Parts: sequence; structure tokens; C-alpha cells
Amino acid sequence: MKTLEELKKLRDESLKKMTMRHVKDGFRIQVGMGTCGIASGARPILNAFLEQVEFHELKNVTVTQVGCMGECAYEPMAELIDESGQSYIYCSLTIPMVREIVDKHIINHQPVHRYLLANRKGA
Amino acid sequence: MDKKVKININGVDILADQGDTILKAAEKNHIFIPRLCFLKDVHEEGNCRICSVKVEGQKNLKPSCKTIVTEGMKVITDDQEVYDNVTLNLELLTHRHQFECFKCSRENNCEFLDLLRRYSIDNEYTNSYGPCDLDFYHYQDESKVMVIDSSKCILCGRCVSACEKYSGLSVLHFNERGNKTYVGPALFHDIADSGCIYCGKCIGACPTGAIKGYDYVKQMERDLRDSNKKIVVQVAPAVRAALGEEFGYPIGTNVEGKMFSALKKLGVDEIMDTNFTADLTIMEEGTELIHRLEHGGKFPMFTSCSPGWINLLELYYPEFIPNLSSCKSPQQMAGALIKTYYAEKMEVDPKNIVSVSIMPCIAKKAEAQRKEMGRDGYQDVDYVLTTREFARLIRRRGIDFRNLEESKPYGMLASYTGAATIFGATGGVMEAALRTVSEILENKSTPIEFKQVRGNADIKEATYKIADMDLNVAVVHGGVAILEFLEIIKENPTKYHFVEFMGCTGGCINGGGQPIVKAIDQERYDVRSLRASVLYDIDQKNELRKSHQNEFVLKLYEDFLEKPYSKKAHDLLHTKYHKREAYNDVE
Amino acid sequence: MLERIQVLICGGTGCMSSHSKEIKKAFEEELTLLGIKEEVGLILTGCFGLCERGPVIVVYPDETFYAHVKVSDVKAICAEHLLKGRVIDRLLVKNPLDKGKIKQMNELKFYSKQKRIALRNCGQINPLDITEYFARDGYLALGKALTELTPEQVIEQVTASGLKGRGGGGFLTGKKWQFAAESKNDIKYVICNADEGDPGAFMDRAILEGDPHSVLEAMAICGYAIGASQGYIYVRAEYPVAVERLKHAIAEARSYNLLGDNIFESGFSFDIDIRLGAGAFVCGEETALIKSIEGYRGMPVLKPPFPAVRGLWGYPTNVNNVETLANIPVIFLKGADYFTSIGTKNSSGTKVFALGGKINNTGLVEVPMGTTLREVVYDIGGGIPNKRKFKAIQTGGPSGGCITEKDLDTPIDFENLTKLGSMMGSGGMIIMDEDNCMVDVARFYLDFTVDESCGKCTPCREGTKLMLDILNRICEGKGTLDDIDELERLGQMIQKTSLCGLGQTAPNPVLSTLKHFREEYIAHVVDKTCPAGVCRNLTNFVIDDSCIGCTKCAKNCPVNAISGWPRQVHTIDPELCIQCGACKKACPVGAISSKPLERGVIHG
Repeated sequence: MKTLEELKKLRDESLKKMTMRHVKDGFRIQVGMGTCGIASGARPILNAFLEQVEFHELKNVTVTQVGCMGECAYEPMAELIDESGQSYIYCSLTIPMVREIVDKHIINHQPVHRYLLANRKGA
Repeated sequence: MDKKVKININGVDILADQGDTILKAAEKNHIFIPRLCFLKDVHEEGNCRICSVKVEGQKNLKPSCKTIVTEGMKVITDDQEVYDNVTLNLELLTHRHQFECFKCSRENNCEFLDLLRRYSIDNEYTNSYGPCDLDFYHYQDESKVMVIDSSKCILCGRCVSACEKYSGLSVLHFNERGNKTYVGPALFHDIADSGCIYCGKCIGACPTGAIKGYDYVKQMERDLRDSNKKIVVQVAPAVRAALGEEFGYPIGTNVEGKMFSALKKLGVDEIMDTNFTADLTIMEEGTELIHRLEHGGKFPMFTSCSPGWINLLELYYPEFIPNLSSCKSPQQMAGALIKTYYAEKMEVDPKNIVSVSIMPCIAKKAEAQRKEMGRDGYQDVDYVLTTREFARLIRRRGIDFRNLEESKPYGMLASYTGAATIFGATGGVMEAALRTVSEILENKSTPIEFKQVRGNADIKEATYKIADMDLNVAVVHGGVAILEFLEIIKENPTKYHFVEFMGCTGGCINGGGQPIVKAIDQERYDVRSLRASVLYDIDQKNELRKSHQNEFVLKLYEDFLEKPYSKKAHDLLHTKYHKREAYNDVE
Repeated sequence: MLERIQVLICGGTGCMSSHSKEIKKAFEEELTLLGIKEEVGLILTGCFGLCERGPVIVVYPDETFYAHVKVSDVKAICAEHLLKGRVIDRLLVKNPLDKGKIKQMNELKFYSKQKRIALRNCGQINPLDITEYFARDGYLALGKALTELTPEQVIEQVTASGLKGRGGGGFLTGKKWQFAAESKNDIKYVICNADEGDPGAFMDRAILEGDPHSVLEAMAICGYAIGASQGYIYVRAEYPVAVERLKHAIAEARSYNLLGDNIFESGFSFDIDIRLGAGAFVCGEETALIKSIEGYRGMPVLKPPFPAVRGLWGYPTNVNNVETLANIPVIFLKGADYFTSIGTKNSSGTKVFALGGKINNTGLVEVPMGTTLREVVYDIGGGIPNKRKFKAIQTGGPSGGCITEKDLDTPIDFENLTKLGSMMGSGGMIIMDEDNCMVDVARFYLDFTVDESCGKCTPCREGTKLMLDILNRICEGKGTLDDIDELERLGQMIQKTSLCGLGQTAPNPVLSTLKHFREEYIAHVVDKTCPAGVCRNLTNFVIDDSCIGCTKCAKNCPVNAISGWPRQVHTIDPELCIQCGACKKACPVGAISSKPLERGVIHG
């Protein structure tokens, strides 16, 4: 390695692999990975979130998993907690929905209301 | 003009020389500061802490032997705090030291004891708590040359440094660590098998009685009282130049006359002078050199009279054995003659002769035991006393040395020329050889003095034009210089014809058996030069100054040996050397 | 498949000796079995500091902190947590206040008052992967120094930061570098003193094992500043993991040309080699260390001349401690002002302490200077276990002194600790409670220094041994009041006349305990009793009337020396008693203590 610029590039690349150890502020996406979640396909949903975060190079998003979230009929579910600590629970997720949520809610700060559990369950 | 530094010691303003230590400045101004481990140019580590002084502005006490004076420095050497701390450290050392002063060879000359007396040390810790719990070690020496007694060692480190700085071999070092430290060869090995060349510089450096030569005084006392034995004693040239120091004479006093009288008083049967065989050695060695020059032989030729040097060569550079002169040392030539020629002449069975030599050297003690140095079940020299042991013997018998009349033996095995006397100084053997060899080769009277080979430089070189030939010679003394020089020879084997080697810096007058000079006196006096001057003085005053002029040597050839380098001469006066290795018995 | 979880497993020597390497292997096997190996990153990191709870693993991104993990727990962790996101309660740390569980690392009180600067990367990165060091701005400080600053400016910045030596000397690091820079010579050396020898100290070990590159980077910066092109790390051979990680780190740095010729194309070249120690505490003293590297017996040499003038092989040399060096990159990344903003006026920055002894949270902590001792002991250290009473803290290891209850609110910094009669030292902090005998503590430390003394100078070699002999006599019951005076007299002389720091500070634990706990010494020599019940010859355990007859003591006695009916006061048979103290520890009401025997009567 010859220059400081090269070093900074290596740093940035490496940071990407380690972001999950350092992100504290920003969005938290918690994907339900209880038995019901896994049974209804939560793992591909989790992967989709991860891929989207990497694809858009989002630096302030943590993707994690939790146990059963309770509303088993609406799995796969994901809870999204924004910078202010506000919680949004998305349900019956599909991969296209994931892409939309990342695009609209996380990047553009506009929750996708029709995907929320509150709205889906009953008005 | 040396720059001066203004300092204050104990309230007195002093102009010290820039670069001096506090200790040096104090001593120059006659202010006493106790010292123990400091040995100039050899051991300057400041570790005994006895020379501690108070320096204004410094938190702890400072070692005055290593602290350089600075402008305006204020030093207190002897207030209650300094006194208490010095005393405490001395008390600690006495707790370790096992006192056997009544039988210790250093009872008159112990720097440690001097300090204990000066500070009224009580050995309070041994009194309060009993003896210390250390295991003390006595190193074995199969060769019975020297003794290391760790129960006397105060771990000043002077011997370790002396071994490194003088012999260059670092045979002695600290083993273990902390309170359990002891000095000796590595692996607690036998001294005889540790690569030690017995130069004895460690003994000269020890301020107390931890390292000594092996004592034969008692043996001598018994033999002197054995009516069946004839005691024949030979004395080396260097002994007369230093023996006086043991009796209060200033360094550099010639006490030859009293020395021989003392031997008479001791009841020795026959007194010989090693100087005689020094002349003989020149005859043999000179002939050997001429033989090599005329008929071809290994060059450079090395002298072989210093056993310390022989030890070094056999152990570390055995590849140069062919270069050595085959001549025995004067001591061993004398021993051989005593047990053959003298025995024959006096009609005494050689087995009833006790052949003792008095030497400035401890390596001679081992040389006398070499298996080549004897025949028919006896050794040519039975044992060797050092100058120190000789003085001890004189003292213990109550002989008033200073008031003895002078005397001197004369004749066969006793008379000598000036060339023989100077053997004891570095360059002496070379000069003596040159006097004889030049005259023989040029077949006419040649110069007596060859001053270029004299003096204290480690390596001295000269070229002399002798009989249309440029004879390149060198003189080397001390282990460090020898090790360096042998490497030069390795690079350039044909540079020299003849080299004199001495195992001790300064030559025999500074040998491991000579009187021990206190550290402070080693700084004050140029001991080597003063002692050497005695020998050069005797040489100058002597009528005969070339070995081949010694009529008794010539008569010996006529009567007994035929001629130099004859078969009989070879049998009695020449020897062989062997490659040796150290640390043979290690598992 | 992207990694969605990273499991950081502590690979410090402490946890490694509790099988953390096997835990990692078990994870690899179990994850492969479950088919999720590619999704979970397993990283062996450096020391997390909470060594009491080791082996420690932290699961990211939720930062779940698992303690006392065993190989047998791995299956459950994989199945429950990694697969299903369900945290395993029984492996969490208990909350001492409400008996609940603490889930996340940042919620642990242990960490809340700490500020990890020297330990910034320990437990956060894989020490065997230089790219993870890059991610934490690694080698950017070196790059900045080489491309933007002159050597003089580098030294200025280090001086301005106020960083002082963390190895015990407390000397201004910038000034030290300045001296070496001023010596005129083409050849100079940088030495990292990694011979951490204080018993109970493992701060440097954690840094070497957990973040070796920080030391390499700092040494290169130092080399640039003073004009050296070769560095040596003198590391004690008793740290094989540290040696291995350093070797690996050096090889990695060389492969990226961060060590070697023309670093960052600046024209500056620097390389580092490792030299191993050989089991001598005294080789932590810089001149003895230098002698050791030169191949000689490690014995200190008088100063002046200082190594900055005449050091390794006679050349100007700068010697710094590991922790001191670990702080250097931060000074350049965040500025000298950042550094001075932490800590106190005379002691900027933080200090790593190794908490040991009678403390709940043994381990490594790093606090800003100025944090009080009380905060360290109680808030971070979790206080004294088993409801015992605090007695003293020993700081500075065998060179330091003890600090008592009355001074617990002292803010920690170099000056304050020295004023209290102790010293910062390298950072060892041993907490003692009422069951410690301070005479025995002094003897323990002195025994160490006597064993480690090199033997060169009279006061240390002979004096400390004699002091130890006297202490042994006192603990055996043969001591007198005169002995106490003698200890003081000898101690002061040894301090004033020893050749090196080992001897100069060896009497400190004795003199310090004599100052604060003289009554214990007097009890040993006059009453012939050890109040704490440690010195066997002087211990006479007695059960008093507050005994509730619970029989716990009798049940714990290994020689059946205690008799008594349930709910009746018990008695100890002094003939059978071996003074082990098990009964005293077992008693729930503190009814057992060591009482003086009749005057002059001692055991044995």
C-alpha cells in the first residue's frame, strides 16, 4: 500500500463488514425469527433487508432478529424503530415489500402505512 | 589548561577538574570517601554503594565514584545520614561474609577489613539474627591452582570485570541471582575445566579473600622439617622486584639481597636463581630460532615461557601449536636440571629432593604438574609458591625481613646475566633473545639494548636488521591483546618471524602471584612500570648483559648438555603441547 | 449470503485458558450442522475486561453480553439465539440491584464509568486481521504524521497531549522523545517495553493480544519523531499468545508496507523485531532490558547516561511502555486537546488498571484520570465479595504502597497517589479485605522482590533479604518491637542507596503497611497474634457468644476440630485446629475471629 488514500479506501471497505458492531443510532430493523416466523419464510425476509442495506450503502441501519413477536398469523413480521425511537410493526412481508419499505421509510422517512400491522389488522 | 569546576565538599570550596567524579575530586583534595567496588578502567559500575554521598537537590544518595562534578555542586560526604547509610551497607556485607581472618591470606591486606575497622562495624545483624542462611560454594580446582570461596565474596564484581578486561575470556561471571548470586565459572564447573588460563588477574582485583591462589605454605613448612628431604628452591626474576611491597617497601624497590637471605633463614637446603635458566632458555630458544631461519620452519615462532599464554593457546588457538618454541619455561628447565644434574652432582636420589619454585605466577602451579614436566615417577618442580605465599612464610616465621643482611647465591644454577633478569617485564624475553641471536648471526659484538620492545603498549612491533635480514618481531601481553593479535596472524601469517607472548598484562612483574595492590594505589602508582624498572636497573648495573656470556651456562653445556639443541638438551629442556578443550564434563 | 450476526468471542489469555478457543470451534461445528455458517461471523477478539465473568462472548448487532460461557452452552446459543433470536437468560449477567438480568454490554455498570482509549479496540476487533484495525482508523495516525507533520511537530503534539509514561515512571512522553531526538546519531532505536512483570498486572498483555497494531503504529510514529529506523519489542516469554499475535501483526503490517522501506512514500523506513525476555522481573527496568537485548545478563546500569543519549549498543534509544504507546495513535487521530480534555491537569488521558484480589469484578478497567478510587472499587469493581469489609488497596505492585478507607475519595492521578505514599505504577490494583493480614501482604511483595533482585548492588541484594528474614520472623512469632524499628531503618536506607528502581521501591509495601497498619505489626510482635487469622503460627481461632449454632463451621472444618450442638455455641479444639480459616469464611454471623493466645505462647 502506498498512499493514505489507499488506506482510507481499505478502511471504508472493511468498515462495511463491521458496521453491525458499531451502529448505535439510526434505524433498527428487528425481524421476527420465532418458529412461526421461520416457518412462514422470515429468513429470506431478513436476508432481503440485509441485501438492501448493503446495496444502498446505508450506514445507520442495524438489522437484527428477535424471537416470536406475538401476532403469529401476520408473520413474517419486522419491527422498525426509527432515530427517535418510534416503533413501526410491518407484517405479512414479502421481498418486494421489503424493498419498498427500505426505499420509502428508511431512505425517505415516509412510513408505508398500508403495510403496518395496525392498519392490516383492522382499521 | 584543564578547565576547572567550582564545587563544595563538606562546606569547603574546591576547584575540581572538569570531567572528574566526586570521588576523584575528593581524593585529589585529601578528602576521604570510602570505596570498595571501584577499580579504575576495570570495574566502574557503582554497585557497592559504599561511596554514596549526599548531593544537594538530589532525592537519593549518589555514588561518588560515578557522579561527575558540575558547577556549584554541593556535596556532603560524612554527615549522620551518609554515615548511617554507609555503615548499614557495611553491616549488611558483614552479615554475608564468613569471617576467618586468622587464617586468611588477606589478613594484612584486605580492603573490606580496612573499611570495617574504620567504621567500627559490629556485625550487628549476625549478632541479632544469627548467621545468614546462604549455601556457600567452594569451587573445585583439580589443578590446585586457585580457590574461589564464596563465603568471603562480597559480590563487588571486580573479579568478573578483571577477567573480561584483562584476559578477554570472561571465564568468571555471576551465577544465579539476587541474594543467592555467586561468582564462578558457568554451570558450577571445575575451574580446571572452565577455559581459565590461570592469569590470576581476578585474584589481584579481589578486595577481600574470596579468590586466592592455592596455598602450599603449610606443605613447605612440613617439607622444611623433613630431615630426609633436600629442599631446593628457585626464585623467579620478577619476585625480587615486588617482594618488598609485602614488607612496607615502596613499589619498585629491589630486595634481591634480603630475599635470598630470607630463604637461608627459612632453612632451605639449596638456593637457585631462575635467572640462570632464563639465560639457558635464551641459548636453547635462540638456537631454535636460528635453526628455523636457516633450515626452514614454522613462522612466526612464539615464545613459550608463560604458562598462562600456553593455556590460552592450547584451549583457544590450538592450530598455532606448531608455531610455539619447544623450549620449556625457565622454571621447568631449572626443575629438570635440579632433579638430574644437581642430583647427580650432589649424589642425592631425585626422589628425596623437594624442588620448589617461588614465582610471581599462579599458572606455574599447574605448569609444574604437566605430565611432560618430569620422569621416572617424579615431577621436576614439586610445587610452586607465589611471591605472596613466600612473604607469608617469612612473616609467620617471625623473620625481620627489613633488617636482614643482603646475600646472593653464586655459581652453577645461580649466576645470571642482565638479559635473564629482564625476562620478568614484557619485552624482556624478546630483548634478551635479540641480544644473543644478533651477536651469533652477525658474529660480532652487537647492541645491548632494544628499547622498542619495552613499555606497556599492548602490542609492540619492531624490525631489526640482523645479518642482512629484516627480522620482524612483536611483543604481546595480556589475554585481550593476544586474542586480537592471533586474529591478525591468521590474516597475515608471514608478517613476523618471532613473537613474545605473555599471559599477563605487563609481563610477570604483574603476574597473578604478585603482591596485591589496593585499588586506590593502582590509581596512584604505575605499578607495572615501577616494578619493571627494578629489573631494567639490575640489567643495566650488571657487568654481563647477554645470555651467551654466562660462563656457568656455557660450562653446563660442556659438562652435561653437550650443546644447545643437543639430544640431551631436547630430552630435558624441551617439551610438547596439546590441544585442549574446556567444559569436557558437561552432561 | 450476508452475515447477519457476528459473535465476538474473547481470545485474551484469561478466557483462552477457560477454553474460549474450544468454544469458537464448537460454534463452527454447530453452525455448520445447522447450515447457517455463512450467516454468522465468528470473531476471536481481545480482552473485554470483565475477566471475572469469562469466557465472555458478545453477540452483535444486539450487543448481548454472555458470561461464563461453556462449550456445552454453544448448542443452545446457536439453536435459540442465533437461529431464533431468543436470548438465553441464564448466561446473562445478573443485575446486583434488582436481581434481574442485564442484556446488553453497554448496560453493564462495569463499563459505564470506563473510557476505553488504550483498550479502544480490545474486544471490538479481530487482532489477527489488520483490515479490522484499518476499519478503526488504524495506521491513519502514522499516515498523517508522515505526510503532514515534521518530526518536531509530532513531538510537539505528543508533549501537548500531556501523556505520561504508563509503565510506572510517569515521565512526560513527549519530553522523553525530545531527548532522543536531540541526540545526534545516524543510528537510533525505539524499544517497546512489554516485559510486564508486576504480579497481578496484565494491562499490557491485553493490549498486545487484543490490539497489537496500535503498538506497531505508535512505534513507527516514534521512530519518525526521533529519527530511528529500527524498533524492538521486548516481550516477556511468559506471554506466548501475545508473542504469536505480535509476530502475525508485524508480518501483516510488512505485507501492506506499513513497516519496511519508504512507508507511505514519505522516505521514512521503519521495521520492528521481537526479542523475548527470559523470566527476570528486573529486565523491565530499561537499562537492564537493553543489556538483555544486547545478550548480557540483565542487570541495570547507572543513569546518567540515559538511554536517550547512550542506549542499545551505545546508540540513542527511546524506551516506552506498551500502554503509553497504545495511546499515541489517538493523540494524532483526535488531537492533543482531546487527550487533555480527559483526566486531570497533571495527568491527562486515562489509565488501565488490573483489578484483582477481593473484588467482585476482577478484570481490566480503563478510567479517566481523576476517577476516584471509590468509584473504581465499588461502581466499576462491584465492591467486596461475600459482604466482607474493605481494608486497603495496593497500587503499583511490589513498588507501591497501600491506600486505606480514609483516602478512597482521592481522584486517581500520578501526583495524588504518590502523595498518599503509594504510586500509580503500571496499573495493578489489588483490593484487600478484613481477611487479609497486612504484614503478610508486605511479606508477599517483599518475597517477590527478593527473588527478582538482580544482586548487583549491596542494599537491594542484602538489605531486602534481611527485611524479608525479619518479616518471616515476625510472622512466625519470633519478632520484637526492635524488629519493627529495624524494618523502617533498613527500608529507608535501601530506598536511598539502591542502584535502580527495583531496589529503590522494594521497601515501599513494607513502609506503607507499617504507616497505615502499625497496630497489626504490633499485634504480631507484642501479642503474638495475627488479627486477620492468616499467619498460622499466630492464629488462634475462637468462636464467641454471637454464635447461632448453625453448624456451618463444623461442616466446613477439614480436620473436625469444631464441636457443638445445633443452636448451641460451638467450640474449636485448638489442638486439632490447623488455622486454615475455612470456618471463619463459612460463619454467617462473623462469630469466629483470631484472638491472642496467652502472652508469649505461639503454635508450633
